[in-house]
Amino acid sequence: MTSTSYDVVAVAAVVLLTLGIGVYGLRLARTTSDFLVASRAVSPMWNASAISGEYLSAASFLGIAGLVLAYGADMLWYPVGFVAGYLVLLLLVAAPLRRSGAYTVPDFAEARLASPAVRRLASLFVVAIGWLYLVPQLQGAGLTLSATTGAPVWVGAVLVAVVVTVNVAGGGMRSATFVQAFQYWLKLTALAVPALFLLLAWQGDGAPDLAAPAGPVFRETTSVVLDDPVRVEVVEPVTVDVRGSGPRLLGAGEQLLPSGTLVFPAGAAVPHIDRIERATGDAWARPLSGAGGLDHPLYATYALVLATFLGTMGLPHVLVRFYTNPDGAAARRTTLVVLGLLGVFYLVPTVYGALGRLYTPELLLTGRTDAVVLALPGALIGGLGGDLLEALLVAGAFAAFLSTSSGLLVSTAGVLVQDVLRGTVRDFRRAAVAAAALPLALALAASSLPIGQVVGLAFAMAASTFCPLLVLGIWWRGLTAPGAAAGLVAGGGLSAAAVLSTLAGLADRGWPAALLAQPAAWTVPTAFAVMVGVSLATRDRVPADVGRTMLQLHAPESLGLSLRR
Amino acid sequence: MTEPPRRVAVTSPRTSAVRRPPGRQTLLALDEQDVVGELLIRSLIRAQLLLGLRLAAVFGCLLGGLPLLFAVAPSTRDVQVLGVALPWLVLGALVYPSLVAGGWLYVRLTERNERDFVDLVERS
Repeated sequence: MTSTSYDVVAVAAVVLLTLGIGVYGLRLARTTSDFLVASRAVSPMWNASAISGEYLSAASFLGIAGLVLAYGADMLWYPVGFVAGYLVLLLLVAAPLRRSGAYTVPDFAEARLASPAVRRLASLFVVAIGWLYLVPQLQGAGLTLSATTGAPVWVGAVLVAVVVTVNVAGGGMRSATFVQAFQYWLKLTALAVPALFLLLAWQGDGAPDLAAPAGPVFRETTSVVLDDPVRVEVVEPVTVDVRGSGPRLLGAGEQLLPSGTLVFPAGAAVPHIDRIERATGDAWARPLSGAGGLDHPLYATYALVLATFLGTMGLPHVLVRFYTNPDGAAARRTTLVVLGLLGVFYLVPTVYGALGRLYTPELLLTGRTDAVVLALPGALIGGLGGDLLEALLVAGAFAAFLSTSSGLLVSTAGVLVQDVLRGTVRDFRRAAVAAAALPLALALAASSLPIGQVVGLAFAMAASTFCPLLVLGIWWRGLTAPGAAAGLVAGGGLSAAAVLSTLAGLADRGWPAALLAQPAAWTVPTAFAVMVGVSLATRDRVPADVGRTMLQLHAPESLGLSLRR
Repeated sequence: MTEPPRRVAVTSPRTSAVRRPPGRQTLLALDEQDVVGELLIRSLIRAQLLLGLRLAAVFGCLLGGLPLLFAVAPSTRDVQVLGVALPWLVLGALVYPSLVAGGWLYVRLTERNERDFVDLVERS
């Protein structure tokens, strides 16, 4: 068998297992209530595995390592924020949100503020955030299949979209819970086991310095395949062998490399694609050095911290899971287990990012840094062992795309079915198809974007809209419907504008680029300020039953109060 | 001689009413949201919010202080601990167990708040 056929087998196995568990779950899904919330009969350990399985997306499995490879120490804040977001969720949101009985943020908005208008506005942002988060998942799938098997990019994206739609439309939430829980353990194994072998291989290689002072060099004669022409910055003149047209001298400065196969000699400095700046080992290993060409690293770090810490609670697929806990206390315990499961997982991606700088530096030339996790086994171990480890990683990556996409699909379809269509099982299926179609079209149309960064933007948007809505709604009686609506429009509008201009590449360098690429630092405070300010100005619109809602959100269930649930 | 005043038993006029088990009244006060009930639930909400904000502030200072530390005292970026640069050791590994510890502490304390609240309601 070739390396490619192992990868194909791995993808097929994950897809079949996912569908198989989905079918097993389908036999259990009998009523609409079963369908949507697994009848709330999911134990904390299953639920925590499912939450983690759903949460660990392409950004976690591939994106973090790619960002660390390109931009160094500052990128460690991504995984830290992805976990710390759950601590904030636990401290401020978990139990009251479960007690609210809300299935989605729009449900919460309506229960708390009795306003169909705020509900519709919230639905709009659920769908926007869900789609923004789905696109990089599908693109990650395309990248993975094309990097490992050479298939066209659209194949992976379509495959994941179809499998997830079939699974979600067919089995609903119950099957999703089983599938997600299984996917967490698969992803952890698939990332951690190859990492151990890679670390052993690195030790066997004499444990060379991961942050060598000179910056990335080709350790041995390396052939680089370019699918498209790439504009690169050459630091030292180097003679490369262009397959089919002989040797060519690349002078220092900006160069346009043609598509095709280029062979670089051992010891040559790696020319970097123009959007990634070449960094010395010291700069790469040091926080706040701006390695890779990121401007204003201190601002960017704080904005990222704010987006991830506060954004997690507002992600559509995260919130839905809390409804499957039997009560508020169980919601808290589940969140605690999630903190542990995620903490273990996020120890691993950094290893790939650091080793990649040494062993797969050509990704800095091609710009496909998100593929570093998949490329390392072949580069560092090779042979049958390398092929098998690569296949394992491909399986884990597909588990990541499938689980996050299906979680996002369940929740966006849930919002669509509740707010757009009538609430029956048949319509849930139609909504799932609709919710998958648009992101697939976007993923196929848009050029490939760095996965980690796009997911970071989705966090920023969630932090600028649903974080203020949830936190103020749970803890402050004074929140009014006009205040919530104004805050959602302000925070959501500003962050959406920042996201769109970043995706369109409107600002390249300097403060505008930094502010737009990491908008949370200014959009989150704005959203909070507008929500509080407008609420204070419309004090007469505080819902009359706010006292009862507060009682429901905060009183322990063991009192057995006669509350509307 | 005047007779000593007759001793009179003072009772509620509703002697026929079923005696409530202890705690029913406070529970009812909560449910019907009278003044006492409002005060009770407000005190619980305040205690829970303060607990959450305090822990959030602790982690905000510890984690949020790191970039500032690296910016103000650049030498901390290069400190080596057990052969690993300090920022990588802290952000790559040590952060995670401390987040779990924080979560565990919060669950303990918040459940104690709720237990105290339930005791208060059921005792009175």
